[in-house]
Amino acid sequence: MRILLVILLYWAQGSASADTFELSPFCPPALRLDDAGRCTLHSQYQAYGSLYDKGVGGLKTGLPPVRDGFTPQQIDLGRLLFFDPLLSRDGSVACSSCHDPALGFSDGRARSVGVQGTPVQRSAPSLWNVAFLERLLWDGSKQTLEEQLQGPLYAPNEMGGDPQTLLTTLQDNANYRHLFATAFDDQPLALNQVYTALAAFESSLISLNSRYDLYAHGVHSALTANEKEGLNVFRSFVARCAECHTPPLFTNQQIAVLGVPEAEGRPLDPGAAATTGDASQRGGFRVPSLRNIALTAPYMHAGNFASLRETAAFYTGGRGHAVPEGEELNLHWHIWDPQLSDRELDRLVDFLMTLTDQAFLPEIPLALPSGLPPARGPGVATGGSHALNIHTAPTAQQKALP
Amino acid sequence: MTLSKTALFNLTTTLLLLAGQAFAAVHDVREGDSIQAAVEAAQPGDTILVHPGIYRETVYVDKDDITLRGVVVEGEWPNLEGDKQLNDAILYSGNGFTVEWFKITHYKGNAIMGQAGNNFSIRNNWIVDTGVYGIFPEFGENGLIENNVLSGIEDAAIYVGMCDYIDVRNNRVFENVAGIEIENSRHALVEGNIAHDNTGGILVFITPGLPIKTSYDAIVRRNTVINNNTPNFAIPGSLVSTIPAGTGIIVNSGDDVVIEDNIITGNNTAGIIVTSQDFATGVAGDPASDPNPDRVQILDNVMFNNGGDPATEVKALMLTQFSTTGPDILAYKGAAEAERESCVSRKSAYRTYGLEEWGDCTSPTVRAADAVGSAPALAGTTRDVTTKMLPEPATPRVITVDANGAKLVYQGICAGCHTYNIRMIGPPVMAIKAQYGDDATAIAQYIAAPEKKRPDFPTMPPQDHLSEDMRLEVAKYMLGLNK
Repeated sequence: MRILLVILLYWAQGSASADTFELSPFCPPALRLDDAGRCTLHSQYQAYGSLYDKGVGGLKTGLPPVRDGFTPQQIDLGRLLFFDPLLSRDGSVACSSCHDPALGFSDGRARSVGVQGTPVQRSAPSLWNVAFLERLLWDGSKQTLEEQLQGPLYAPNEMGGDPQTLLTTLQDNANYRHLFATAFDDQPLALNQVYTALAAFESSLISLNSRYDLYAHGVHSALTANEKEGLNVFRSFVARCAECHTPPLFTNQQIAVLGVPEAEGRPLDPGAAATTGDASQRGGFRVPSLRNIALTAPYMHAGNFASLRETAAFYTGGRGHAVPEGEELNLHWHIWDPQLSDRELDRLVDFLMTLTDQAFLPEIPLALPSGLPPARGPGVATGGSHALNIHTAPTAQQKALP
Repeated sequence: MTLSKTALFNLTTTLLLLAGQAFAAVHDVREGDSIQAAVEAAQPGDTILVHPGIYRETVYVDKDDITLRGVVVEGEWPNLEGDKQLNDAILYSGNGFTVEWFKITHYKGNAIMGQAGNNFSIRNNWIVDTGVYGIFPEFGENGLIENNVLSGIEDAAIYVGMCDYIDVRNNRVFENVAGIEIENSRHALVEGNIAHDNTGGILVFITPGLPIKTSYDAIVRRNTVINNNTPNFAIPGSLVSTIPAGTGIIVNSGDDVVIEDNIITGNNTAGIIVTSQDFATGVAGDPASDPNPDRVQILDNVMFNNGGDPATEVKALMLTQFSTTGPDILAYKGAAEAERESCVSRKSAYRTYGLEEWGDCTSPTVRAADAVGSAPALAGTTRDVTTKMLPEPATPRVITVDANGAKLVYQGICAGCHTYNIRMIGPPVMAIKAQYGDDATAIAQYIAAPEKKRPDFPTMPPQDHLSEDMRLEVAKYMLGLNK
């Protein structure tokens, strides 16, 4: 009896030996295993088309091309890596430190904080629905998740690692050796596999089943009268929100110059112009999706708007009202003076709240191959997924029912 | 009493026919009623008749195949009145939307705005001072904008934005900043319109920074474009605020545009301006957007008395040719280059600027026999093109009630709580199969109005938003899962 108890305790703690960690053979619930053993997306939106497959339009409009087709094992390995501080220089932060599932895959901070303990340049964008994005980062300078994620991995003020150390660290870890071999057909462990696995996990973060989506599919009772009023303000050509935050993803994926203020004392962020060299894009940023936007305050690249109401009010402050003296920005033509009423701003917020859907939240690992505790965002209780107390996805770590 | 088999068959057939037609209802709306309430009550295929009177509301139509028709009685129109308080008169997203015979006045945003509604018909409306745009279909495929009269719009009266396969025919647009604008759209026929006393009459544009990047295959034909000399009153910062007063037709970056058989007179800056994106400044760059207008064909057009008082920048250009008046046709910067492969018919008939490198596409003489309906296509003209709309409607957007549709619904909704063999919010499919066997009907009934069944699971939210047939298909799909 006592032996049994010890075994059970050992099992419950997990993480001690290589065979404790096995990768899930199941796709996350947003995806379905196809005959080739790949996880692919199925959504009601696939019943609709969109012009030139751009995934922009109105209520019944198809999605942009999706990044899917990873194996369940790659996705599950990516999940473990995502939470593992082993990937940072000093084992202090992981992807999840700034993209915490409990905080809309952001961190609640105006500007994120990396290994150096000081704020980085911009706020952490949410990762919900990144599988559909054709450009990433606030300045839109990266086209693929694999390309993008190497930025934070190796930036001295973010995760601070370097490629060779990361590779060696993972190769030295028996758990990871085993898991990478499982996910990548016994190929030698390589950095590209790290990037693929992280991209696979991020691509599985699908949120397309909000109350708004029910309305879009034709269930008009899914929204209240106030929320419908908000939808009509949102898509009206007075407020013009939908012109750039275009359904169904609520982004048109373009660079837009808004003239958003910086935090007090901060210089103007040149945005896209810094990476493209095109001075006309000074102050331009990638239009972010608004899905799950209610979860990711504070807002804008500078994170200096505390609430949705405050953010919405920016757009009715007058064209260029926050542009610093001496700056000549090519402000977007939709930035004008719509003179939205307080009631309209309130209804806009009502509507934005209907874009929340976390049904496909992934499970937080109970333990990691490194033996380190999973990294969490600021103020989020550590521990397994039950701390979230909301929907979780299954993995092989959970005990399958008989 | 017994029915013969034939009689039974006939009865069944009749009932089926009736069932098919029973959905097309007519809803009457009279002054004091809400048009929106009628929209809520309407089913696809229904017609809403709006009788004369003043209606102060925003009507939004998020259903397919709704017809909104005004009833005009002895000159009295149903009038949607925005009082400069309301944003938009009519918003639609459904396919197959028809709106006609409305007077729409004094809104702040639009009279009629579509977002990804296909197969639309916007006809016979009378629109005055409705803010930024008058008629604005966006992201639409296959539509008709015909016989509308629009004035007093501070941007484009008719604005076709990011659309395909659109006819804009026989409208009258006047005293707007822009009369008709085809922007980032393809396959458009702009024919038989009268555009007068706007700042600019007809525009074919590529605007950079939009998600759909191209504008090509437009025919601008048989329009009357006269005296478009109204001072520009657009909102500062808007794209049309850079259009010089006195512009008849302007092609900004659009490709494969044919301008043919128009009457273009009395436009004080120029009859036709063809330009690349450097004509309008102040817009952030977009490397995915081609700035140059390629393969523009200016065929026979009647043009005179254009350029009488050109805008400053055009006047400066003309002074380099020792002229103080504007041209009939102006090709500006990139548009003037030979590699654009643009051409003009009877170049020497017009006063031009920048056409030195353009080719010759002289039109044939058209005789009466060529204009008969059954006449064969006449080379060098577009006479054989009668429409740019699609021969068949754009594809319906329907989640089919079958195994395919059920898979989408199951993955989109059910999979958030149920997985095959692992406990999530709801019980695993294995456990459900053990309980229900192959009784999909019982599941379909249960999920419409669930009650708490398992003490250790929360009560399932009702899925009565799905039709009974769809619930059955989804239940069958779920019971068919084996992994």
